Amino acid sequence: MKILKSLAVATAVSTLALAAQAETKIGMITTLSGGGAGLGVDVRDGFMLAIEAAGRDDVEVVIEDDQRKPESAVQIADRMIQSEKVDIMTGIIWSNLAMAVVPAATAQDVFYLSPNAGPSALAGKRCHKNYFNVAWQNDNLHEAAGAYANDAGLKNSFILAPNYPAGKDALTGYKRMYGGELAGEIYTKLGQTDYAAEIAQIRASGADSVYFFLPGGMGISFLKQYADSGVDLPVVGPAFSFDQGILQAVGAAALGIKNTSQWNKDIDNAANVAFVADFQAKYGRLPSLYASQGFDTANLILSALDKADVKDQDAFRAALEAADFDSVRGDFKFGNNHHPVQNIYVREVIQEGDVFTNKIIATGLTDHADAYASECNM
Amino acid sequence: MGREKFFNAGMLLALLAVPLMAWQMDDPFVITLATKVAILALAGVGLNIALGLGGLVSLGHAAFFGIGGYAMGILAAHAQNYEPLFTWPFLFEGSNQMPLIWLVAVLASAAAALVIGALSLRTSGVYFIMITLAFGQMLYYFAISWSAYGGEDGLSIWVRNEMPGLNTLDPIQFFGVTFVILCLALWFAARLAQSAFGLALSAARQSQERVETVGLTPFKLRLMAFVISGAITGLAGALFADLNRFVSPTMLSWHTSGEIMIFVILGGVGRLYGPLVGAAVYILLEHLLGGISEYWQIFLGLLLLGMVLFARGGLIGALLGREVAHD
Amino acid sequence: MSLILILEQVLNGLQFGVMLFLMAAGLTLVFGVMGLINLAHGALYMVGAFAAAAVAGWTGSFVLALIASLAAAAAAGALVEVTVIRRLYDRDHLDQVLATFALILIFSEGTRWLFGSFPLFLDVPDYLSGPVTLPGGIQYPLYRLAIIVIGLMVGAGLFWLIARTRIGVQIRAGEADREMIAALGVDISKLYTLVFALGAALAGLAGALVGAIQSVQVGMGEPVLILAFVVIVIGGIGSIKGALVGALLVGLTDTLGGVFLPRLFALLMEPAAAASLGASLASMLIYILMAAVLLVRPSGLFGGSA
Repeated sequence: MKILKSLAVATAVSTLALAAQAETKIGMITTLSGGGAGLGVDVRDGFMLAIEAAGRDDVEVVIEDDQRKPESAVQIADRMIQSEKVDIMTGIIWSNLAMAVVPAATAQDVFYLSPNAGPSALAGKRCHKNYFNVAWQNDNLHEAAGAYANDAGLKNSFILAPNYPAGKDALTGYKRMYGGELAGEIYTKLGQTDYAAEIAQIRASGADSVYFFLPGGMGISFLKQYADSGVDLPVVGPAFSFDQGILQAVGAAALGIKNTSQWNKDIDNAANVAFVADFQAKYGRLPSLYASQGFDTANLILSALDKADVKDQDAFRAALEAADFDSVRGDFKFGNNHHPVQNIYVREVIQEGDVFTNKIIATGLTDHADAYASECNM
Repeated sequence: MGREKFFNAGMLLALLAVPLMAWQMDDPFVITLATKVAILALAGVGLNIALGLGGLVSLGHAAFFGIGGYAMGILAAHAQNYEPLFTWPFLFEGSNQMPLIWLVAVLASAAAALVIGALSLRTSGVYFIMITLAFGQMLYYFAISWSAYGGEDGLSIWVRNEMPGLNTLDPIQFFGVTFVILCLALWFAARLAQSAFGLALSAARQSQERVETVGLTPFKLRLMAFVISGAITGLAGALFADLNRFVSPTMLSWHTSGEIMIFVILGGVGRLYGPLVGAAVYILLEHLLGGISEYWQIFLGLLLLGMVLFARGGLIGALLGREVAHD
Repeated sequence: MSLILILEQVLNGLQFGVMLFLMAAGLTLVFGVMGLINLAHGALYMVGAFAAAAVAGWTGSFVLALIASLAAAAAAGALVEVTVIRRLYDRDHLDQVLATFALILIFSEGTRWLFGSFPLFLDVPDYLSGPVTLPGGIQYPLYRLAIIVIGLMVGAGLFWLIARTRIGVQIRAGEADREMIAALGVDISKLYTLVFALGAALAGLAGALVGAIQSVQVGMGEPVLILAFVVIVIGGIGSIKGALVGALLVGLTDTLGGVFLPRLFALLMEPAAAASLGASLASMLIYILMAAVLLVRPSGLFGGSA
């Protein structure tokens, strides 16, 4: 049988002593190896920062790597639920993995708190009382970008995204808020690395701006090539392509670009200031969006544990719904479908010394809820 | 021959004993692991018919594995939503009955193997490896963008499909189903290798001319083998999707083709029980190493490399010697 | 759609093809001379890109970065050849596939262990950045033109090496008859190491050149590897000329297909559906091309026998 990567967050002695008492077991499934590992590492580090700071000896976190494969995520989830009897699960980065794991987990009376993915099905028709999303519904940041485009007076956008469900949701989300014309709409190949053909089409289209959703390496490639092409239309995107983890790889090509996010390191509240400083002290790098989401998720769980025992599901659920914790985003509350109702900001990429980072320049949407909340009958 | 038979029986018994023990000790995850081994071994048994018996190095068997998976996903999704699959020329409803799903999976993957095989078998050697890879990639990209059935998100099913007389949600019962199917497939593969067809296919692998002179067409023999091989791998795909209650394009990716091939080579190409040994060892390694380090794939790579370089003939060959290999 | 846009897209296809050629040349050379299928060729591409990014980070010089990519990939190639690959020459393709698949795992996770999980920065140097205006008013990035030129120069150098030099004679002899060159007194194991390192260096160079306009990250070699295989299979395995023709064909098909298919479908249906369906078909197009070529010519366009 497998040697588990258990992290007992306590001194060994007290863990043993308290093991028989009401211990809360949290299972984290996230991506720690392969190409997308950066995001999972950030969520884990943010989450563990909060757990370790709390210093509670009755909380145990079990962390497992899903390798970004839905099949492995499902099998790890089965094991966590059946063999290790976890009470709460969290950690999944990708929508397709979440869709594979979450419905089965919540149906087996386990709480699931999403620190990143927010597929529309789980916000609408297939919402569940034991499922909470602490990050955003997938469409949110795109909607904010569409709203910002209106505010900025953009009238003729060229939009592109990869040809897969999250890409289609992204463009749908943008169009839901954006009121102008479309100069073009392109679906690129998933994992595509060369965007010369798309950039040529943008140049020829007569657009006044570009909106793109290209997560991970795709976005880095697009931005570098776009900057080098001499097309200098304003670019708007969701935070994913401008986050702390990848911004250094894009470099000056990203400077000045507007992007939408529910969090940034300059949001001025005590929790956030402490989070940014502690994260940097502990891990030697600036926290990313994903780290902030992991941190909030952990603090939400801790706040609910202060109020109720996780074994008392109704009480614990009510404590989660209250969301009575100091979010690094400032105000935080849940809508009827257990998805955040929150401000989404517009950020601009700037340079601080050698480091590329973001600063907030405007609020894109205030107290924004997602479009699927009305379809949810909980 | 005796020693290998003894060894094979031991392997099957071990595969049966481990989950039974886990069942006694109430550790359902070990049962799930054993089920995974049985299903992946079944996929390997399918590939081994093309690879070991026919000498057809297919790097595209993920196509059949995925088609089997999607057969289960699509049928079950329609049954779950009470929408018929199509109404013309006749009414075809979705289903959550395993036997029907298996039948559809086998037929669909056999049909795909017939088309892919008929085209690919015009080439040989490296070209055959690459053209099968190309067909696999075609289906992979198709599945990613096929939004009607979830695209890259895949399809997830609420509950495992049903088998008359059994409760498939109980891990040990579902394991039993996969174990029986694996045994049947092993029995079938053994019979096939000894049959006139199997002998002719083996002969065609070693010498094309020898077969042609007795009036057989190697192309037809190979196509037949490829179709049988694809159908068995497709059945494994349907079971794998049912194990996870989920199907996604990952099942169609070339990594999956590579992994199925690794099971076969690891155990020993052409060995009847090679895929079972290979799948068991691979799954075990994956889970043991995964606990040691975040960079466990380095160790997996080193172990695989050591296997190829120093244990020719796969694990069974290394354990039992090479004297009983097919060639 | 204007003529200028079409010409620009043709240039894009050409540039993509030239880049693929750098990858495919090494792959086809190694197969032609040693009969080896090397799935780890994409890992060498990644090694080149990471070496270039690291050196560019330390020194700020793009030329040094390119030299580093050549050196690092060649060194990694030679090391792997001496320790692993040379034991595989007399094995069947299956063992080669498994062993080089294992090498991919080792290289990918090893690189992640060394450089971390986040993408690295590598940028186009100032003197090659920005667009230039070509005759006819086409605005085209200078760096992409440079890739086309470098690629064609490397291609010409490769043809010269094989047609005109002693090593070339040995390589050609090795393709034709392995026993014969041993009989001629050539140190065959040294020749093999050299050829493998040469192929690796080309892949590393491609990785560094492309890394400047793409993302330098773990796993970047795999999509390119598959494309390079498609290229050499279309061209005929072992043929440098085939690799060149195949690379250009794949580059043009992929680029132009991605641009024109959605437009074609837009004539028949509403734009969003056309964009999606056209993109789906475009992503399958090169595999369809490959299958079609192999059906007409089972050993590729310029291949002898497999």
